[in-house]
Amino acid sequence: MSKTQNAPGGVRSKTVVDYLNDENVRAILYQIIAIGLVILAGWYLVSNTLVNLERQNISTGYGFLDLEASFEISESMVQYSAQSSYATALLVGLLNTVKVSLLGIILCTIIGTIFGIARLSSNWIVRKLATVYVETFRNIPVLLQLFFWYAVIPNAFPHPRDAFEPLPGVLLTSRGMYMPVPVADNAYTLMGIAAIIAIVAIFFIKKWAKKRQDETGQPFPMFLVGTGIFVGLVFLAYLIGGAPTDMDMPELKGFNIRGGYNISPEFLAVLIGLTVYTSTYVAEVVRSGIQAVPNGQWEAADSLGIKRSVALRKVILPQSMRVAIPPLTNQYLNLTKNSSLAVAVGYPDLVSVSNTTMNQTGQAIEAISIFMSIYLGLSLLTSLFMNWFNKKMALVER
Amino acid sequence: MKIKTILAAGAMSVAAIAANNAQAGAVLDGIKAKGFVQCGVNTGLPGFSAANAEGKWEGIDVDVCRGIAAALLGDANKVQYTPLTAAQRFTALQSGEIDILSRNTTATLTRDVKLGLTFLGINYYDGQGFLIPKALGVSSATELDGATVCVEPGTTTELNLADYFRAKGMSFEPVVIENINEATAAFFSGRCDVYTTDASGLASIRTTMAPNPDDYVILPEIISKEPLGPAVAQGDEQWADIGRWALAAMIEAEEYGVTSANVDEMKSSTNPGIQRLLGVSPGMGEALGLDEEWAYRIIKQVGNYGESYEKNVTAKLGVERGLNALWTDGGLQYAWPVR
Repeated sequence: MSKTQNAPGGVRSKTVVDYLNDENVRAILYQIIAIGLVILAGWYLVSNTLVNLERQNISTGYGFLDLEASFEISESMVQYSAQSSYATALLVGLLNTVKVSLLGIILCTIIGTIFGIARLSSNWIVRKLATVYVETFRNIPVLLQLFFWYAVIPNAFPHPRDAFEPLPGVLLTSRGMYMPVPVADNAYTLMGIAAIIAIVAIFFIKKWAKKRQDETGQPFPMFLVGTGIFVGLVFLAYLIGGAPTDMDMPELKGFNIRGGYNISPEFLAVLIGLTVYTSTYVAEVVRSGIQAVPNGQWEAADSLGIKRSVALRKVILPQSMRVAIPPLTNQYLNLTKNSSLAVAVGYPDLVSVSNTTMNQTGQAIEAISIFMSIYLGLSLLTSLFMNWFNKKMALVER
Repeated sequence: MKIKTILAAGAMSVAAIAANNAQAGAVLDGIKAKGFVQCGVNTGLPGFSAANAEGKWEGIDVDVCRGIAAALLGDANKVQYTPLTAAQRFTALQSGEIDILSRNTTATLTRDVKLGLTFLGINYYDGQGFLIPKALGVSSATELDGATVCVEPGTTTELNLADYFRAKGMSFEPVVIENINEATAAFFSGRCDVYTTDASGLASIRTTMAPNPDDYVILPEIISKEPLGPAVAQGDEQWADIGRWALAAMIEAEEYGVTSANVDEMKSSTNPGIQRLLGVSPGMGEALGLDEEWAYRIIKQVGNYGESYEKNVTAKLGVERGLNALWTDGGLQYAWPVR
């Protein structure tokens, strides 16, 4: 028996020491101390930085964003000129980053899935080729691959004056690829609307087809019907719109080819580099995902008389998705983050534009804080989406 | 007991960091303590700053740092070099990673005021020009409408380019690549019609990097003023003074005809200006916080401005003095008097 319990009156008011010995109080106390230290460290860094900037007479703040940028950017998805503000310039950079990342994610998923499946092929040549592809591009640093593609593309194609024309209107030059684009017309708006209607229709037909198959076991040729509806509706809209045929053709004018749509060598180098590099990781994720599905699933499908290609699509891949999605998310995040290497080959991505902004204004900390938070935001958005997708897939699995 | 020791150690290290910070303004003390000058230079621009075959840095920008080291530390070789791209240079100087930036940097109001720099003088008067392949058949910059232009980011060049084309009502497509080697490779592969930077840089690129220099010409138009000079961070005036006057001493030595070869004989000159410069009549060194032989050592070990120019710019790039001749020869180089 301890003294406390024998104290007169039975109850003794708790002292500070008692509180400090209480497990719950301690737990909270430690947390407070930990947070306090973090805040202290942060405050130390921030205040030091401010004092140092002040001492060196370096101006701070985000006011520079409204100033005129006065530099040009080669490719932009929004209206931009040297008279635009720094904020607009950064937006141009952000959109360029998003463009190359999104396309890269889509392409690396397709290519990676093909190579991942090919690595498990029963055909020796296909299997070995896929292995060579994966092992080669996975083991070369991505920056070097970007340099490689950027060295190859301008050197592999001729000067715009003697452009290589594989198809009428499509020009391959050392300044990138030029394609004809249709001149704007109301028919194209109509076609867009038709496409949306077609997609909605396909969605409902698919729902109905699935229900029918569940009830009667009768399969429905969804792919053929879907393609038919889509192409048919869009083509109908094109005819109703008056079937415009005017094209904006790229042509040599002065120094450069003008008109048409241009895909720059910088963009191509970044897109190819990132896609090829990341697709090797996606291939490995897909391969391991497929191998994670027990062999019994193949055998079960076989014994039900399901074709091997159908079994892969309908039985194995859906199950391997559950294993593959989390590491796939990682690869998508890596691709987005690696896109910042675009600065090395002159693609005007967010980092490239931020670097220029930083130099012209001298606002290094502000510019870096802006692009770091944007990358953080992009990455968080990607993982939010992938987490949602993961949950959805997991539910379907049950 | 143990906890107390850790706490005490922690407190001491915090105090040490704080103390270190409080003194960070004293760049000069830092240089004296470490025994060398940390000099930010170009990653490779022959004539200005580039490593030679033996890995030694050479160029007129390098000579500024060597001169300062000779004046302050007694030995022109007590310099360590940090190669920097255009985009990295100011951050390196602001953060104290380098003591002085001597990297063909244009002095402008924004850089002087908003970036917290102090320019020490001008060691090269330059202007922006255009380098093009002869095969284009262009003879003037006014014919460049629609051209694709390779340019380094973070430079005044990038801004002048946009200004020039805007003023002339012409359009262009920029290809912006940070690393000068990547940028020139893109130009020579035909990615761009035009490469633009300071005229001296163009001469350097044409003579040292072009596959065949005769296939390329520099257009006659100079579209901007580019006064290039060394800079230090604000906050240590004595350090800035030493740099400023080391550069002035090199130019003044040329004005007086004092060279690395004749500096010993010149010590017995009767010219009072030379006597002051070389410390024969004392006072200048003391005023700077140096010994009286400071300028003597610069000239003896590095040479005067003209020697540095001949050795680096004329010999390597074939660029004549032009604007960089002494004022007495019709140029702009005019040193503040050492007196």
